[in-house]
Amino acid sequence: MDRLDQVLAMGGYARFVWPAYAVAVLILAGMAAQSYRAWQRQHRQWSAFQASRPQRRR
Amino acid sequence: MQRFANPGRFMRLSGQLMPWCATGAAVSLALGLYLALFVAPPDYQQGEAVRIMFVHVPAAWMASFVYAFLALASAVALIWRHPLADIAAQAAAPLGAAFTLLCLVTGSLWGEPMWGTWWVWDARLTSVLVLLFLYVGYIALVNGFDDSTRGARAGAVLALVGAVNLPIIKFSVDWWNTLHQPASVFRLGGPTIDNSMLVPLLVMAVAFMLYFASLLMLRMRTAIVASRVRAARLGEVESISEPHGRRQAAGSVG
Repeated sequence: MDRLDQVLAMGGYARFVWPAYAVAVLILAGMAAQSYRAWQRQHRQWSAFQASRPQRRR
Repeated sequence: MQRFANPGRFMRLSGQLMPWCATGAAVSLALGLYLALFVAPPDYQQGEAVRIMFVHVPAAWMASFVYAFLALASAVALIWRHPLADIAAQAAAPLGAAFTLLCLVTGSLWGEPMWGTWWVWDARLTSVLVLLFLYVGYIALVNGFDDSTRGARAGAVLALVGAVNLPIIKFSVDWWNTLHQPASVFRLGGPTIDNSMLVPLLVMAVAFMLYFASLLMLRMRTAIVASRVRAARLGEVESISEPHGRRQAAGSVG
């Protein structure tokens, strides 16, 4: 537990180090989530279009 | 290069490559975070606050790298009018803006304990803030036109003009007296940073690069599918208005 406390305390810099990592996770995850949602939206529309005309050429 | 610049081929290639890139990003990010938080030693001057470096520096590198990519793709789009180049540029811009924002926020969180200030108008910080504005300006300009082709061209010109900011960012710490420290990794004579910190830093940099590559491919695929959906709808409208009309729009995009 001592080791964990040490890591969490960050030698007194906890209030700078942890927010920096939190912002990093937030921004990286936000990029992925936004990109993935946009992909799903377009992919759904494309699938719906293809389903509406089954004997499309190609 | 031209062979890979065909949207159909890009869809196939990126479909195969993307899972590997994403897996590599996840693995290297996990490893990098572990090394950065638990293995790397505290700095003899900065103590544990130095750990902010492991997100700040890779974010800063990506901010500049993605802009270079954006400028290069814009040049290709302007010179060869290749549709994939515009798609690549527009897919990269929001990612670059996010990395730049991350760099500025983490830099601020590092500046307060080390310099005693969240922000200072020195050359490095100011030029990176300008980079963020360039990204935002590019995105706004591209989306500001009803005609997407004109928007893309205007954006590409802005991206190319803004590229002059990249050497200013890189050399700002040498040209002016900045509070920001000079380069310690990419410098003549090799890195001045110890391996115990350099290795976690490079692992995080690889993680950020793979993360960018994965999301870039995903966003480009999204844009290509979106253009197929648009073309298909156009094809349906045409086929309704003229029953014997050619079904080109729907057929040619697949």
